[in-house]
Amino acid sequence: MSFLEVLRFLGRRLLALPVVLFVISLGVFSLLYLAPGGVEAALLGNRPATPEIIRAIRDEYHLDDPFLTQYWLWLQDALRLDFGRSIKSGEPVFTVIGRGMTTTLFLSAYAFIIAMTFGVGLGVLAAVRRRTIVDRGVVGLSVFSVSAPAFATGIFLLYLFSVRLGWFPVFGQGSGFVDRVWHLTLPALALALSIMALVVKLTRAGMIGALEQDYVAFARARGVSSRNVLVKYAFRNALVPIVTAGGVLLAFTLTGATLVEVTFSLPGIGSRLVEAASFKDVPVVQGIAMTFAITIVIVNVLVDLMYVLVDPRIRFGKSAA
Amino acid sequence: MIELAVEKRDRLHEARRRRRMPVLIACCVALMIAVLACAAIGPLLAPYDPNAPDLFTSVAPPSSEHWLGTDTLGRDVLSQVIVGARTAVVGPVLIALGALAIGGSLGLLSGYLGGATDWAIMRWVDLMLALPGLLVAIVVVGVLGGGYLVAVALLIVLTAPIDTRVVRAATLEQRPLPYVEAATTLGLNRRKIMVRHIWPNVMPVVVANSFLNFALGLVTLAGLSFLGLGVGPSTPDWGRMLSENRELLAENAWAALAPGIMLVLTAASMNLMGDRLYEWLSDRGRAR
Repeated sequence: MSFLEVLRFLGRRLLALPVVLFVISLGVFSLLYLAPGGVEAALLGNRPATPEIIRAIRDEYHLDDPFLTQYWLWLQDALRLDFGRSIKSGEPVFTVIGRGMTTTLFLSAYAFIIAMTFGVGLGVLAAVRRRTIVDRGVVGLSVFSVSAPAFATGIFLLYLFSVRLGWFPVFGQGSGFVDRVWHLTLPALALALSIMALVVKLTRAGMIGALEQDYVAFARARGVSSRNVLVKYAFRNALVPIVTAGGVLLAFTLTGATLVEVTFSLPGIGSRLVEAASFKDVPVVQGIAMTFAITIVIVNVLVDLMYVLVDPRIRFGKSAA
Repeated sequence: MIELAVEKRDRLHEARRRRRMPVLIACCVALMIAVLACAAIGPLLAPYDPNAPDLFTSVAPPSSEHWLGTDTLGRDVLSQVIVGARTAVVGPVLIALGALAIGGSLGLLSGYLGGATDWAIMRWVDLMLALPGLLVAIVVVGVLGGGYLVAVALLIVLTAPIDTRVVRAATLEQRPLPYVEAATTLGLNRRKIMVRHIWPNVMPVVVANSFLNFALGLVTLAGLSFLGLGVGPSTPDWGRMLSENRELLAENAWAALAPGIMLVLTAASMNLMGDRLYEWLSDRGRAR
């Protein structure tokens, strides 16, 4: 790929963004209309259906305007992160999201660090010790981890480490950094296990591919130490597929975090989403869905940029042979 | 010479591995037969009525009468696990078959016709694959209501892009082969070439993929039930048992562990069988 082609590729991806966001936001906005009993009933919640309140709702949500006008007005607010008020509690959706965000971010970051450290480590180990008992053990573990949903793993971990061994607390998220790390270790572990399968698989495949390359054989022939061959020659190239899978990893993390938050009763945005969806609190559902959608889209762009950055052939504007 | 020896050793290794694998696969098949039997005639196999409450033996640990103990309402956990196999099989099978039908047709069209059709289908696939399936299902099933069947229908749509991609890739491989050219020369119409000639060659790979889709569907549906968005209140379901019996970990852990273990084992069996089938098919392809 020449430099110009890369620019064109990035340009096309960036142009696709508004389209993707348009499709998703239209879907999210339409949720209001999909709710059984109609829009008014959905927005009314538990309030009595007096004509005044219905009038107020029709005005506030511009229900007398055509559908596309309503969508446009909603989108303008949504882009300023104003998703209206929660039907259940009456507070702004933004506040609800903000409150859950710290827990979710902490949990996801913690899990991500665990998954990356152990996932990449085990993947490299399996590739280096290919076709040994170690490799088969790692591959078996990752089949288990891809088959075990985060909520099942969470309950196994709770049983073993909290109920049986009593090492970790069953509930709560603690106060202060150290206490929080201690409280969130089991949830993060459950989440990490569900992300790890993919990381192990990608690292192992990437390393095996890289170790078979001629440049690795030549480096060995030149007498480069096997440690350097692994780290500087093979590993750096094996990293590319992990970076490019960033979008999928994020989707895994968001899904897993939601299940884990419910399993461990943590007040993150995932458990808020489930709560709001069960209660049919449409504005909150819309707000959280859009937050997730925007995050996924931004991460996908970053992945595309990273893809360009990690490949020096592209970075230095030389075309590949 | 050295290379030849290494290759020979590798091949021996491969052969040995191949003979060893089937033990694991046999276990998977046995487990799946058991699960399918439970799904088909579960109520006959279960020692108790899975929904019959018995408040005198509520939250009992395993005993000779109740092998896996009872839950808060005194319902027999073993019976619930056995009958719960039904929702664990029916939904995922529908998802895998539905995705096979939709993904198969779109993949064939995309791969064989190419051009604008291909472009449009692939953009749809890209969009769908970027969405986290379970979260979309939470949002739609939560707001729409409808529970299990709506979830199954939605997951068919969300799983189809995976099959579309697999079938498209396989179709692109088949397209330049002589038999397609021969069929074209014979003047067969495109529909006939796709359905009668390309599809039989592509199908094995998609079927292998359907095993993986089954596992994915099982885990996602159980997740929805776990979150209270799946099956109705009187249907025994592994995901729902996990969430209801989570509080019983100290008194009767089996009430939550047993459905969890069954869920993981079933999904793992399907994943292993699917992976194995894939490997076997690609080996066969290379030998040809």
